[in-house]
Formats: sequence, C-alpha cells, structure tokens
Amino acid sequence: MTLLITVFAAVSVTAFWYCRKNDEMQLLTLCFLYWGASIMWFVDAVFEYIGDGAAFFSPALEDMLNDTYLGLSVVALGLVIWIVKLLITDPKGSVRMALKKD
Amino acid sequence: MACFLVPAAEAVVVKTVEKMVKKSEAEAVLSTDNNEEKEIKIPLSRKLNWLSHMLIGGVILLLFEHIWHGEVVPWFPFLTAMSSPDGTAAMLLEMSTAGVCMAVLVTVVWAVMCFAADSIVSRKNSKATAKGAEE
Repeated sequence: MTLLITVFAAVSVTAFWYCRKNDEMQLLTLCFLYWGASIMWFVDAVFEYIGDGAAFFSPALEDMLNDTYLGLSVVALGLVIWIVKLLITDPKGSVRMALKKD
Repeated sequence: MACFLVPAAEAVVVKTVEKMVKKSEAEAVLSTDNNEEKEIKIPLSRKLNWLSHMLIGGVILLLFEHIWHGEVVPWFPFLTAMSSPDGTAAMLLEMSTAGVCMAVLVTVVWAVMCFAADSIVSRKNSKATAKGAEE
C-alpha cells in the first residue's frame, strides 16, 4: 500500500511538472523524491514477494490500514521537504520580498 | 532493517562527484570562448544531480519508514537489528541483497532516463536545425 500510494504521488507530481512551462516551483525535486522512494520500495516488495509468495497479495486488514497510514505520512513528509526547500532557495524571490516589506 | 544505508552511501559518493564535475565544468566554460555546442547538451553535473536527488529522496523516505517500524531508534546503536549478533547478520544479509538491488535499480533507471533525455534534446536540436535550413 505504501508503494502504491508513493507511485500515485510520483505520477501525479510528474504530470503536474510536465504541464508547467517552467520549474519555478521546483516540482522536479518532488518528482525525484517520490520516484526514488518508489523504486526502493518496489525492490523491497519484490524481496517480500520472493519470501512470502502469493500471500504477499492478500495482506491482513490491519497491516493494510497501517501501510496506508504510512504511505500518506510519507507523501506528507515529501511535501514538507519540498516546501521547505522551495522557501529556502526562494526561486521567485517572494520570501525575500515579503521579509523586506516587514 | 538497514537496506537504505547502501543507497545512502551511494548518494554521498554521487553528491561528491557531482560537486567535482560541476567545478570542472565551470572552469571549462571559463577557459573556452565558443560554448554554443556545449549549451545544447545536458551537462553531466545536472544528470548527476538527478541521481543524487533520487537517492537522497528515497533514503529520507525509507529512513522514515524504518523509524515508523521501530527499526531505527534515536539511541545507540541506532539500528535495533544490531542489538544481537543474529540480528546483525540478518541486517548485513539484507543490506547486501535488497540494499544493493535498490542502489543498482535506481542507477539503472537514472541511466535510462539520461539516455532518453539526451535523445529528446538531440531530436529537438536536429528539428530546429532542419527548420532553420528550410527558412
């Protein structure tokens, strides 16, 4: 479930990045963040499948809920990392302008 | 257990190489006058930046997952698997199998991505040249 949620997040962010004409929002960073994690969890899933066999595809409800919660938390953490990086690098100069005004 | 440590080590190496390549590219730009041909190619430092972002991003999110599952703790020895010799052996086995596979797969995906990006850029360049020749 964590892998699925991260893959959906990666695909959505990549589509958003493709629609934009420039990368002022630094969406590429978020793309790489989610794709990197997705690839690593995919490998984890393959090893789990090798170990558990077909049981891998029928997890217990409690495990699925926990994995969903983890997946959503991971997506949230990725977004937090991205927004912090965006505000620090400040490519549009909005933060600097706001601070100068005050 | 600690599979993310292998891609983390690769990320450190890649980031170091990226900084060195970026420095040498900046020096090369300063020393040459005609940069027209170089500008239409994707610099190696930029490609390495993609790989380091993928590795660092994946490692951070995997570290979070390991903390979630109680495999990484904020006190010594930081990895719960290291509290017993059997656990340490299992951890090393996982690092040498899953960890290495993670690092290899991310690198392979990055290599394919670089190849695709290069072919897209060269396709656009050749289209622009053909259009210019027609005009």
